Amino acid sequence: MYVAHLSLADFRSYTEVELPLEPGVTTFVGPNGQGKTNLVEAVNYLATLGSHRVAQDAPLVRFGTERAVIRADVVDTSATTPRHNLLEVEITPGKANRARLNRSPATRPRDILGIVTTVLFAPEDLALVKGDPAQRRRFLDDVLVARAPRFAGVRADYDRVLKQRNALLKSAGAATRGAKRGGQAPDLSTLDVWDTHLSTAGAELLAARLELVDALRPLVAKAYDAVAAGGAGDAQLTYRSSLGPEMDQAADRDTLARELLAAAGRARQDEIERGVSLVGPHRDDLVLGLGPMPAKGYASHGESWSFALALRLASYELLRAGGSDPVLVLDDVFAELDTGRRDRLARLVADAEQVLVTAAVPDDVPDRLEGSRVDVGSGSVRPVG
Amino acid sequence: MYEGVVQNLIDELGRLPGVGPKSAQRIAFHLLAADVDDVRRLVSALTEVKEKVRFCATCGNVAEDELCRICLDQRRDPSILCVVEEPKDVVAIERTREYRGRYHVLGGAISPIEGVGPDELRVRELMSRLADGTVTELILATDPNLEGEATATYLARMVASLGLRVTRLASGLPVGGDLEYADEVTLGRAFEGRRSLDV
Ligand SMILES: Nc1ncnc2c1ncn2[C@@H]1O[C@H](COP(=O)(O)OP(=O)(O)OP(=O)(O)O)[C@@H](O)[C@H]1O
Ligand SMILES: [Mg+2]
Ligand SMILES: [Zn+2]
Repeated sequence: MYVAHLSLADFRSYTEVELPLEPGVTTFVGPNGQGKTNLVEAVNYLATLGSHRVAQDAPLVRFGTERAVIRADVVDTSATTPRHNLLEVEITPGKANRARLNRSPATRPRDILGIVTTVLFAPEDLALVKGDPAQRRRFLDDVLVARAPRFAGVRADYDRVLKQRNALLKSAGAATRGAKRGGQAPDLSTLDVWDTHLSTAGAELLAARLELVDALRPLVAKAYDAVAAGGAGDAQLTYRSSLGPEMDQAADRDTLARELLAAAGRARQDEIERGVSLVGPHRDDLVLGLGPMPAKGYASHGESWSFALALRLASYELLRAGGSDPVLVLDDVFAELDTGRRDRLARLVADAEQVLVTAAVPDDVPDRLEGSRVDVGSGSVRPVG
Repeated sequence: MYEGVVQNLIDELGRLPGVGPKSAQRIAFHLLAADVDDVRRLVSALTEVKEKVRFCATCGNVAEDELCRICLDQRRDPSILCVVEEPKDVVAIERTREYRGRYHVLGGAISPIEGVGPDELRVRELMSRLADGTVTELILATDPNLEGEATATYLARMVASLGLRVTRLASGLPVGGDLEYADEVTLGRAFEGRRSLDV
């Protein structure tokens, strides 16, 4: 797939932009703070309904205005005849966002997921290796959604169960403490019900993650080799589940649901005392290993970068094997890498169907990724040549 | 901020469901500009509804008397009881003309975030209605979203020992939504194809 046209209205620094795009490589060049990342962030938003830079929508809307609109013409080239899809998202912080596909309103914004998928490399990726587990869970879940959009629903359902269950645990905890001082005993009659829902929704997410990690494992090892070109050892992935170390192998959903339910039962006393859910995929981590050592805390800066790139490259390979090339976005990454890693990364992505690159210094981008160039400066976007 | 009484009105309107601060302001200024008679009619409609309409002592549906129209109707089958969240769900199901049994309105769904547990719903009333054995089938028609499902699971477990046939509306209803938004045909089909719930 590729994005043939991008239009923005009141998105980030842009009042209005109309930007035609081609398959192949496009490099956005311009001084710092001119709005290069803002453009690719918009494309990525259509693929994930989120930003890679901020958790909230408010900063995405041009300062002083109320809503932003991102529109794109996305060409699906996986069929014999290319098919155009017109995507539109209206972002209104504080209200429900709205989406349209080929001009008809979608029931929910997430119904448009899957029309365009992206794999985005950004300076923030270093946090995949050095950051907390939430970063790596999000990485896995984003790939799940890109592979099968229904996982956006699975994820949302799980988050909702978790919120409800935590609210109940919190009030139960408060009531338990009150009961010790002679107050009413907590009403735990519905906790069993939430346990059931947590374990069913959790098992679906967990099963999918375990299966995904199995699929990524060889691809990450291969990509790490290719980027690092003979580093300190093999790149390894281990899924660490709150169910314990024996639960890192792919398993069927019913088994996982039973295990989660049993684990929730064992943790109940603790959970009530602390007022939070202690078992489930929201507590899990994807442990990255280099040879015998964990990458986090041990790997060098360069090795950490290689690992982060390997995770992105592996997800790109995996999505591509699913039948349709995602749009590759390389946001400011070359400035972060040494020459060797730059060149090897460029070689690995050069044949992608569409690559969008941003760079403040054009010389940072390896020659083989030259492609067409778009100058970005003071709110205007201008194709060169 | 506006002068005291105007701001009061805006604040009151803003507490209504689906009315944000902007709409509240728009409605308030519409009322300020409106004909006195129009406003009086609205006021008396509001007063009347609070004075005349109450909730059915048996099922919790809206009623103009002690009992609602459906509970008073002798032709309705007393052996089937359909549990819904809100009176508006009764209206939605009645529209399908598929259902000839009776109702029980819970007054919401279990939602710890909003502080709603079984005690805040008409669960105890439901249990006493089931006690005499007249009801043989219980249809759990709570909304097809998480809170509705959780409420259905909870109720199914509560009544498990009573030996009733417990059913849930067939899938096909838009998941994550409200019962009231399902069209008549879909809802009617969901009723026909209801399936027994295992706990
Ligand atoms: N909501 C907003 N409203 C108005 N302007 C914004 C908004 N959000 C960001 N900006 C402006 O956009 C600019 C940043 O754009 P962007 O991140 O795309 O820069 P860039 O070209 O990628 O720069 P760099 O080379 O430093 O990465 C900043 O000047 C910022 O003030
Ligand atoms: Mg940038
Ligand atoms: Zn009644």
